[in-house]
Amino acid sequence: MTKRTEFFTGLKDVLPILLGVAPTGMIYGASAIGASITPVMTQAMSSIVFAGAAQFVTVQLIAAAIPAGIIILTAGVLNLRHALYSASLAPYLKRLNLFWQLVLAYVLTDEAYALAIIHYRQDGESRHRHWYFLGAGVGLWATWQMCTALGILLGTHIPASWSLDFTLPLTFIALVIPALKQRADALAAVVAGVVALLAVRLPLNSGLLVATCIGIVTGMVMEARRRKRFIAHDIQKEETQP
Amino acid sequence: MMLWFTLLAIGAITYAIRLSCITFFSRVDIPSTVLSILRFVPVVVLTAIIVPQLFLVNNVVTLSPENPRWIAGIIATIVAWRTHNVLLTIAVGMVALWILQIVLRYL
Repeated sequence: MTKRTEFFTGLKDVLPILLGVAPTGMIYGASAIGASITPVMTQAMSSIVFAGAAQFVTVQLIAAAIPAGIIILTAGVLNLRHALYSASLAPYLKRLNLFWQLVLAYVLTDEAYALAIIHYRQDGESRHRHWYFLGAGVGLWATWQMCTALGILLGTHIPASWSLDFTLPLTFIALVIPALKQRADALAAVVAGVVALLAVRLPLNSGLLVATCIGIVTGMVMEARRRKRFIAHDIQKEETQP
Repeated sequence: MMLWFTLLAIGAITYAIRLSCITFFSRVDIPSTVLSILRFVPVVVLTAIIVPQLFLVNNVVTLSPENPRWIAGIIATIVAWRTHNVLLTIAVGMVALWILQIVLRYL
């Protein structure tokens, strides 16, 4: 594929996800205004931070007059998962110059990661897949800025009864389920979900981190067992053959 | 003023996190143990974010009619599993939630 095709395919593929991201952006804008954050600061956060979940949490903490240090720490912990997204994409981004790495790192959100990693893992020889990533990232970024602005303007006119904030978990469900390819993935997810529920009262939102660690360990144990079974099965086959 | 500093700090940290591994691991090869950890990360993290949002109201697990989100979530999960279609999953999930909310209001 050419650079152009990659870019526009990225934009096209991100459209369904924008259905979930757009209302979330509006709700973020509206809730920030509702927490007495200025319009300028609300809009600025969407480009300075550009991370939906962290922005929501930050708004709530600001409204509760939590000290700045704790807010920064909580947001940092919440965004640690991006390090793992970054690391898992790194092999594919090795060849790119620093400028590309700087730009792509900026647009690295959950949704952009989900699309990019699937696209990179496809078979084939395309050397321009970073343009796909850019296309998806630009689509997400532009939508996020516009919807934040809309949320700021519409503010209280968006009825809470519409429950538009539910589109965020729905978008994540749509991203996670197709990614559960083996039993190890599914079990890791189930364990992470259960632990997240149990650990919800831990301070500084660290419940998320705890659930992540335990989920990953579960997945790795399952995967190790699966490998042992395969090897045992292979040995058995060899022994029964004449 | 303090608020601006907070925002900029969060932005800087977030960007640094996102950039760090991309630049670091482009010079160094990733060990296979790290690779197997990384494989589970997105699925585990996103689930850990979704599940509390479906089941918790004010930090308490709520399965009563006050909280139809977990049912709508299960419906959306089934749709996602069967169709692998993002648009459909979100649309059906929202419609399911709205229907449940209306039904439960009149029960």
